[in-house]
Amino acid sequence: MNRLLEQIRPLISSEIFLLMLVMGTFLLGVYIYKRTKITLLQPLLISMLIIIPFLKVAGIDFPTFYQQTRILNFMLGPSVVALGYVLYEQIEQIRGNVISILTSVFIGSIVGILSVVLVAKIFGADRLLIASLAPKSVTTPIAMSLSEKSGGAPALTAAFVVICGIFGGLIGPVILRRIGIKSKIAKGLAMGSSSHALGTARAMEMGAVEGAISGLAIGIMGIMTALLIPFAERLF
Amino acid sequence: MIKGSFYILLFYFLGEMLSLLIHGFIPGSVLGMILLFLCLFFRIIKPENVKDVATVITKNMAVFFVPAGVGLMVYAGLFSKSLATIIAAIAVSTVLTIITVALIQESFEKRRLKEKKNHE
Repeated sequence: MNRLLEQIRPLISSEIFLLMLVMGTFLLGVYIYKRTKITLLQPLLISMLIIIPFLKVAGIDFPTFYQQTRILNFMLGPSVVALGYVLYEQIEQIRGNVISILTSVFIGSIVGILSVVLVAKIFGADRLLIASLAPKSVTTPIAMSLSEKSGGAPALTAAFVVICGIFGGLIGPVILRRIGIKSKIAKGLAMGSSSHALGTARAMEMGAVEGAISGLAIGIMGIMTALLIPFAERLF
Repeated sequence: MIKGSFYILLFYFLGEMLSLLIHGFIPGSVLGMILLFLCLFFRIIKPENVKDVATVITKNMAVFFVPAGVGLMVYAGLFSKSLATIIAAIAVSTVLTIITVALIQESFEKRRLKEKKNHE
């Protein structure tokens, strides 16, 4: 068994196989997620849960895996840039609400960053953990580059973003009902700015306006957080 | 496809350049996003130029996170050791963000509605 593993290792640590593994496990993840409709079973999470044990068993270390799949990681940058187009597409939704939307997301971003940093500090978290937690409310590629810039670990941030999205997606609609929010814009904005794409998926279930506004909120929250994190870094 | 890729990379590059000028204060990709948005908004470039590529990559964005996500294996120890901190910090912050954003936006809308009524 071990001899066999030694023999095929060059093959299973090739770009071809590892990229295929990423796509394959992700596809499986999409299938499982669509079938079960369980928010926790995100394709990203399923893919990670299969690949990590596989790499351990096959004896492939993370730097090798990362090097071979770097094309995917590179694509994070262009996909953030492309969000500029998505933002532009939704601009019609906000006519007449620009100031209120910018104000509420700006303050929401401050509250979000400060509270996550303070709670982590109270629990005695170190700088690496705090810097990785701070951008957790924004979409993964933005969050990861912000985390890297302020001394966090992008991989940890990716996990926190998913946790945050799942949590907000589950609890968001409950809270909005509890505090009696009627405005569709307010609902969508709260979902998107607190829990990015996962919050948006839930906002879509509330209605088209909520969904579109939530999508817009992802972009605005990303920009606001990118502007605020450099100042918040002093607290880390 | 090629035109769209060119534009996306161009704005990414411009964003990185700007980021360098401000000593990496904001990541280049985020600046690229803002620049692209502004150029579309002020009709400096046509939306059709980037539409196809932008739609494809943003719709399938989640798969790009996999390599970084797998990096969690390096931090497994730290992650499980700090689980309570992580959950508490994320839960408190997410709830506060939802409440803040929703209440502020709704109070703006209510105030405007009142002003409208007073005018009538």
